[in-house]
Amino acid sequence: MREFFFLFLVILAGTGGELCVTRAMKAIGEVHDFRPAALVRFVFRAMRVGWMWIGIGMMTVAFFSLLAMLSIENVSLVVPVTALSYAAGAVGALLFLHERISPQRWIGVLIVCVGVTLVWLSRR
Amino acid sequence: MKDSPGLHFKTYVLLLFVVLFAPMGNVLLSKGMKGIGSAQNWTPADLFPVLVKILTSGTIWLGIGCLLAFFVAYMLVLTWADYSYVQPASAFSYAVVAVLSYFLLEEVVPPLRWAGIAVICVGVFVVGRTPPRTTEKA
Repeated sequence: MREFFFLFLVILAGTGGELCVTRAMKAIGEVHDFRPAALVRFVFRAMRVGWMWIGIGMMTVAFFSLLAMLSIENVSLVVPVTALSYAAGAVGALLFLHERISPQRWIGVLIVCVGVTLVWLSRR
Repeated sequence: MKDSPGLHFKTYVLLLFVVLFAPMGNVLLSKGMKGIGSAQNWTPADLFPVLVKILTSGTIWLGIGCLLAFFVAYMLVLTWADYSYVQPASAFSYAVVAVLSYFLLEEVVPPLRWAGIAVICVGVFVVGRTPPRTTEKA
């Protein structure tokens, strides 16, 4: 039961956090200068966006939930199973980031979910 | 935005960092957590010593370092590529994490799990054949 609870937190908080971080990064704009000093300035600019901090907070919750899962189950099971976030991510990208998701991407996400199911069934 | 060869090249380079650093980070976290052990009753009093062990574990910090490197690469690629492209494309890390767990942690990976991971990679391939960006540049 606790495995499901932590898995739920990893997926929900992890996907929500990534969506918030993506929104923040899209607000900043594309990176063209990859020199270290420019990248540091870019990170500081990212830290001034509110969505970034909400995203980091949610990803922190997801991180400690992942640690809890890893203390219970093997990493070769835990990490692939967290791919369930793909379905949540695709829906979130559609609704929250207004990305256009092609039918081919939906098929890919569906195949990934089938793979995750097989991985979960391999659990002893 | 135009799908230039340069855009695809820098996308693939950063995705390579993503699929290497994330599995290594997760394997190190797993190694650290297996050494620390699971909390018995999950009460605050029970969790505190576990939290202290987590924060003082070198293996955990090394894993966090790898995940930070992954996170920077992930953030950079998200500035031009769609989230719905990057997230599935990074799923190759699931295959890498299974290989690393087999060799570094000596985990038993059943055939069904390998099959599931292979199916995930097929899904990744399908998603990877879509353009990196579908929305217009702001």
